[in-house]
Amino acid sequence: MIPAPFDYVAATSAAHALDLLAEYGDDAKVLAGGHSLLPMMKLRLAAPEVLIDIGRVTDLSGITRDGDELVIGATTRHADLAASALVREGAPLLAHAAAQVGDPQIRHRGTIGGSLAHADPAADLPMALVALGGSVELRGPAGTRTVVADDFFTGYFETVLGPDELLCAVRVPSRPGLPWGYQKFTRRANDWAIVGVAASGGRIALANMGPVPIRARAAEQAAADGASAAQAAQLAAEGTSPGEDIHADRAFRQHLARVLTRRALEHQA
Amino acid sequence: MQVNLTVNGKPRADDVEPRLLLVHYLREHLGLRAANIGCDTTSCGACTVLLDGQSVKSCTVLTAQAAGQEVITAEGLGDGDQLSAVQAAFRQEHGLQCGFCTPGMVMAATALLAENPHPTETQVREGLEGNFCRCTGYHNIVRAVLAASAAGKGEADQ
Repeated sequence: MIPAPFDYVAATSAAHALDLLAEYGDDAKVLAGGHSLLPMMKLRLAAPEVLIDIGRVTDLSGITRDGDELVIGATTRHADLAASALVREGAPLLAHAAAQVGDPQIRHRGTIGGSLAHADPAADLPMALVALGGSVELRGPAGTRTVVADDFFTGYFETVLGPDELLCAVRVPSRPGLPWGYQKFTRRANDWAIVGVAASGGRIALANMGPVPIRARAAEQAAADGASAAQAAQLAAEGTSPGEDIHADRAFRQHLARVLTRRALEHQA
Repeated sequence: MQVNLTVNGKPRADDVEPRLLLVHYLREHLGLRAANIGCDTTSCGACTVLLDGQSVKSCTVLTAQAAGQEVITAEGLGDGDQLSAVQAAFRQEHGLQCGFCTPGMVMAATALLAENPHPTETQVREGLEGNFCRCTGYHNIVRAVLAASAAGKGEADQ
């Protein structure tokens, strides 16, 4: 399969990428690792006229600590996220989630910013960011704004990211020793979650239980009020209306959400 | 557009379409046919090559994205008729049946052993998660990777 023709520009810095976005606007797509965008382009589900490649912009990658937060550059690859000592110590749920994405080859290419901007509700990293209460830094012509994970995702493959904005960095709280749980139900190796659950610090996030990664708020509240893991997990699918596909109908997904939430709460690292 | 990169140790400068996928560049422009196109959807791993030492699926990388980097294909392993340790172990352990997945398996295994020279059997199986053998010849493939590891020459392939 071959993508439709496009023009290709390699950005040399974040500022250069923003200039290019201002120039090409809606006709352009930002290319990072390309492991969501290129498959869509090969299937002709996407046909941007211009690709702005930020994959080798060095000031957009890397992991640092800023006070009690970790700051992760947008083009940091999943393999580097999974292996990072800073992330494994301060946000081990995120390192674990990164190690669950696809397979080794995919993790060598895919980036955290790309995964979040792509906003697949079945994906690992959007769910992990919601569970951790992280945020994203969006840079645009008017400056940088920070959007918390709960507000970033707006619909299937949709976010608040504007066409002239660039997702530059991801922030997550660094909380060494905080217990966390992670459950991902798949039928095949290296697949997306049929349902996923990530739990950390009283927050419970669900993957593929709606158009965006969502919080299981009724279960969170019950757990905060002293309910057992099993009791709280019974409320994990409250208010959800997950989609149906060849893998699972609505009732099965809701069942999975309850079972996986119980496991995520009971088996915490 | 012009792309400069290194393939199997040789510097290349070629004029390519921006949409040219790395696997098509290797197979059709350079005649390097080891990397196979299987699923063409980033699943099967038959097109796996090394990009700056890391395993990648070349059906999901633009040639333009490889600019300035080093690509190694199965043709670039070993030295002339001398097989690399991983290639020799695949032959010794009969880690192949029809052979279609083999170049991708060998490249994925080479990258795996470079990152982790002494993997457990579980780590080998997980490390080859991105490569499908439709003959289901996995047991011999895993044995081959463990044999290459035991030979202690995994790192030398890079």
